Amino acid sequence: MKIFTCIKQVPGVSEVKIDPKTNTLVRKGIPSITNPMDNNATELALSIKEKHGGEVIALSMGPPQAEEVLRQALAMGADEAYLLTDRAFAGADTLATSHTLGLAIKKILKDSGDEKKYLVICGTQAIDGDTAQVGPELAEELGLPQITYVQKCELKGDKIITERVFRSEETVIIESKLPALISVLKEVNDPRFPTMTGIVNAHEEMEVKYLNANDLKAGKENIGLTGSKTEVFKIFIPEKKGKHVVLEGSVEEMVQQLCNNLKEDKLL
Amino acid sequence: MSITVDSELCSGCGACVASCPYGGIEVIDDKACITEDCNLCGACVEACTMDAIIWTKEEVGIEKVDLSQYKGVWVIAEHYKGNIHKVAYQLLGKGRELADTLHVSLTLVILGDAFDDQLEELSMYGADEIIYVKSKILKNYYSDLYTKTLTELITENKPEIVLIGATATGRDFAPRVAKRLNAGLTADCTGLEIDSKTNNLFQTRPTFGGNIMATIRTPNSRPQMATVRPGTFKKPEAKKRKVNIRQIDYDYSEKDSVTKIVKVINREKSKVNLEDAEIIVAGGRGVGKKENFKIIEELAEAIGAEIGGSRVTVELNWIPQDQQVGQTGKTVTPKLYIACGISGAIQHLVGMENSDIIVAINKDPSAPIFNVAHYGIVGDLHKVIPALIENIKKVKSAED
Repeated sequence: MKIFTCIKQVPGVSEVKIDPKTNTLVRKGIPSITNPMDNNATELALSIKEKHGGEVIALSMGPPQAEEVLRQALAMGADEAYLLTDRAFAGADTLATSHTLGLAIKKILKDSGDEKKYLVICGTQAIDGDTAQVGPELAEELGLPQITYVQKCELKGDKIITERVFRSEETVIIESKLPALISVLKEVNDPRFPTMTGIVNAHEEMEVKYLNANDLKAGKENIGLTGSKTEVFKIFIPEKKGKHVVLEGSVEEMVQQLCNNLKEDKLL
Repeated sequence: MSITVDSELCSGCGACVASCPYGGIEVIDDKACITEDCNLCGACVEACTMDAIIWTKEEVGIEKVDLSQYKGVWVIAEHYKGNIHKVAYQLLGKGRELADTLHVSLTLVILGDAFDDQLEELSMYGADEIIYVKSKILKNYYSDLYTKTLTELITENKPEIVLIGATATGRDFAPRVAKRLNAGLTADCTGLEIDSKTNNLFQTRPTFGGNIMATIRTPNSRPQMATVRPGTFKKPEAKKRKVNIRQIDYDYSEKDSVTKIVKVINREKSKVNLEDAEIIVAGGRGVGKKENFKIIEELAEAIGAEIGGSRVTVELNWIPQDQQVGQTGKTVTPKLYIACGISGAIQHLVGMENSDIIVAINKDPSAPIFNVAHYGIVGDLHKVIPALIENIKKVKSAED
């Protein structure tokens, strides 16, 4: 059984800083990392493989430097890794991204003899975009049942049994036959750290295979910016609202003034 | 599709570098160069004062959709234990505004099994029409049945805008419906308005994990779909109005779904209810460590508040996930919000900036939280909070 895990390379901070003097973005020194929930996805794929057998295949779409997150997945124990990279993929919204990922999964399945039983695992959302859309859209692309927001998961025969979070006071046990797609929350497991041997193997022995638009026989109208239905009209740093009163004086004076103000506002 | 730099025109001023959220343009030898990180967003094109950046969009045989056949604004409701989720009411408020601007009708869509008695109440929040899809099985949420039903309804009725709550349910079916319709979908919008020139929906959301806002549009296809987090817009006043009700009966059975609900597990409702809290005391990275959160708890107790936290405090397991305020947590609108040691990244601000009064305590005077605060105290929270607690106790005991 093939277990696909979809990985995104993201900036290694949960928020980009703004230089208060120039009002521009500070990018220097921000490392790129694997989107944290995608490590949970890879961990789940590996633990299913260890129990039930199969192959773990890591996929990522991004610029060539995204190869690094795939090397990390290989170091954790993934069997194969594919980087979908092409200038034609740039500027993709979630619709175009899910199409591209879907084409790659279909190609890999086809090249390996059309396996019918497989599982796709994604992180629920990425920390840079926070949309949580690629998982469900990829499920639709592949025509698979989807279970999102998964916090527990096990495989039983040809079924996947999950615990899905709806709200803090309600979770639902949902099962689905394979093939299926699930998207996981960080609660699903604790991702392993790669071993030394794993890291060495991933960088020296194993290969990250590149797939471009031609390899995927992707139609230009469905990928990248052209294939996107949404487009960024403008990007802006919000203006300061300037309604702030910064209190002055010693701690005691400031606190007193605050309490007086809050009392006037009938909040105390 | 490409972005290129005309090196004759480029003055090497670097305005484009500052404007790029992706690090996709650099100045090398006094000329701007596009790097591999370019995401073709076009921010640099606008920033360039020399008109040296050229954005070419090729026309590849994209089918042109006749946009004019799409009319009307839809709000899709979701429900839990027989009650419509409050985000639907909030969306009706915003939806009414959009529908009025466009001079079209507003429709509320409910998929459920026992809302007959609630339709009258539901018709008071601005909708012109309610489509009520009735089926026993829709008492529960099924991803695929929602997708199938909504896709069919949208294809048949052609609304131009579809608004959905950004809940764990809405964020499950909205992308699936969008994909089946081949429609654009923007997640977690904090602002929605109609572009007066094109009648396109401008969908504004925080992006790049935090400090930047992006306005997204869906210029060439319909419907324009957007999800909105609960608490972003206000529920309108109830008013009696004439509403056309269309009931559609569906004969679904459990076998029609590819997934099977095995069991619903109810937990004790979380004791913290941030969305309805009148006062919230929230801590951020500046609190320092988990043990220090005690000081936040003490302040909350003194002033009678619920406790919240920024994203990082949840990531570090200082507080539970359901207490997170911000884009990936809760959106809150209390009467008083006290932010302690929170710097104020956009992704946090969008979750609390509509609070009536905001107090910020932070030792960094340039922290963006001060831009939205009504009262700011620049200082070490470990000194300020104990003094504040003492003062609050004094005020309270004077009242007794």
